[in-house]
Amino acid sequence: MAEYTLKLRRYLPESGQAPYWEEFKIDLDGTRSVLDGILQARDRDDGSIGIRCSCRAAICGSCGVRINGRPMLACHTHLEKAAETAPNGAIEVEPMGNMPVLKDLIVDMDAVHWKKMRRVTPWLIPDGEPPEREYIVPAESMIDITQTMACIQCGACVSDCLSMEVDPLFVGPAALAKAYRFVGDPRDGQHRQRLLDLSEDPHGIYDCTHCFNCIEACPKGVAPMSQIMRLRRIATADHGINDRNNGYRHEHAFVDNIEKNGILHEADLLPDSYGGKFHPRAVPELARSLPSILKALRTGKVTPQKALLHAHKAPKEVRRIFDHVHDKDERYELNLYVVGEEDEPEPDDSTTAGHTPEERSPNT
Amino acid sequence: MKVAYWPGCVSRGFTPELHGSMAKVAPLLDIELVALDRASCCGAGVIAEHNQELADTLNARTFALAQQEMADGAELMMNICSTCQGSQNECQERLDGNTEYRDHINETLAPEGLTYEKGISNKNFLWLLVEEIGLDAVKAKVKRPLTDLRVGPFYGCYIVRPTDRLGIGRDHPRDRYLQMLIETLGGTVVDYAGQYKCCGFPIITMNRDASLKQAGRHLGDALDADADCLVTPCPLCHLNLDLQQPGAAKVVGRELGMPVLHLPQLVGLALGLEPKELGMGKHVVKPTSVIDWSTSVVAGVGEGGSSGGW
Repeated sequence: MAEYTLKLRRYLPESGQAPYWEEFKIDLDGTRSVLDGILQARDRDDGSIGIRCSCRAAICGSCGVRINGRPMLACHTHLEKAAETAPNGAIEVEPMGNMPVLKDLIVDMDAVHWKKMRRVTPWLIPDGEPPEREYIVPAESMIDITQTMACIQCGACVSDCLSMEVDPLFVGPAALAKAYRFVGDPRDGQHRQRLLDLSEDPHGIYDCTHCFNCIEACPKGVAPMSQIMRLRRIATADHGINDRNNGYRHEHAFVDNIEKNGILHEADLLPDSYGGKFHPRAVPELARSLPSILKALRTGKVTPQKALLHAHKAPKEVRRIFDHVHDKDERYELNLYVVGEEDEPEPDDSTTAGHTPEERSPNT
Repeated sequence: MKVAYWPGCVSRGFTPELHGSMAKVAPLLDIELVALDRASCCGAGVIAEHNQELADTLNARTFALAQQEMADGAELMMNICSTCQGSQNECQERLDGNTEYRDHINETLAPEGLTYEKGISNKNFLWLLVEEIGLDAVKAKVKRPLTDLRVGPFYGCYIVRPTDRLGIGRDHPRDRYLQMLIETLGGTVVDYAGQYKCCGFPIITMNRDASLKQAGRHLGDALDADADCLVTPCPLCHLNLDLQQPGAAKVVGRELGMPVLHLPQLVGLALGLEPKELGMGKHVVKPTSVIDWSTSVVAGVGEGGSSGGW
């Protein structure tokens, strides 16, 4: 039996008092969970500690909290593991972010998470009459969506979404991962409509800023950001959806830029992302960027020559790769979550970054 | 040590002072840079979003070119961009994780006579400083310790997440390296809310307000924590934090004026190079606090007087 200190963030909105930290001493084996620790404190010291929990086995998704600043399931985090990253020896537990606090560690999932979930029409909408018997679908397409189906709605990804932090209207990682669950499902008949809706929404798929926080947060390996990138890929490549948020144009401007120059030529990227220098959309946007461009010219950061001329041309081998891959009828997408890892013949050397991940668990 | 050097695109485009300062700092640390001139953009996540196989093939080609240099005496591949590090690691994870897939990608590279062999070591300059050169060795070379300079780290998403893909753990606390380095160089680490957050750059053309709100918020947090400057290993972050800072200040409605240094600039400063030769004059937000600090250090030793301009 070991002794740990839990530092809990306490808050009761109705009290009119500001949130505060309170420490509790617990004694439990290090392989017991942070949730067990909180429950012991509630049992022994203060029955009013607010925490939402149910299964204690990382499947109901109720006990999402921030532990030492990172979103996790309290029941899926060992005390000894949490103690390793505890600042000043006390394991800090606070409510998840991006959602209003109802009491202590309990956040209002209805106000944010569930509202966003409903936003993406999270049910199957088949085309036409249902078949007489069951739907027959290829096994691989169902395997493909198992990753998003692993979601337990704990809200950990929503808690730390950095786009949502500045744009609360962003549909967000959990709901967009759920959107892919239906866009990837061959039985659904509304793929295009779903994608059109989420591409045109200024707070939809193009509002994701690639920060990887949701991938890091998810206790189930759903990788919401990767699903958002797949939604974008299908929207632009398969449905040719040219959205009003510049998502399509930015992607194509970037890819064409590299095909032409080999390395990025930023001076072209900005106007091309708005549809080209003379596109009606580009004019106000470029005018808005003008002060910073002029400043960059003045400081010598950007020279007129560099802005206008293309000093770097893509080697022909780079162009050949673009042609070769673009000429294919089907995209080849490897998903390590689906295919799994290979057996490592050699001992794993973590100093060479880049190794096959296991299903994410905070305790490994 | 000799390294196969991938400078990235932005360091040769809109942040030429990054590539320039790296070239100045390398000899002082006995690093020989063999530039991978024929390599292409890592895709910065956008090419992978467009077509994963395309991004994987382009980066496999870069790795194969680096491995040619490594057969010729380079010890590893080095980059100076968090975004390159993360994008390339993502591709490497797929390439290394599945033999069939790697063979498939290598078939595309074959006409050029290139093959990617699993397991390349590709490290950002930050990782190289800590893991290859060693902070003790860096410390021994410090000529002008950053005494009293308050520096806030700004990592950039791609170099800190996901932790398992980037090999961050107990043995390699790569998410603490900037703090460790700032201390090694004699500076004071500023702890502030935004250090591991997103600069907002990837959505600058899609949602400018949300993008600049992110940059502005983190710069403001650093300001509130009394930072003299920020340091970043990511030139894309530098674009949003420095080049776009006037716009970000407008969006968040407060004055910012927070200088943002590239990693090699901060190292170069401590190794005795002058702000000007490190290209600090090219920044949009003039690093006045840093320059005043550096001249006052010199003045304190030599002339015992006030700090001048430059």
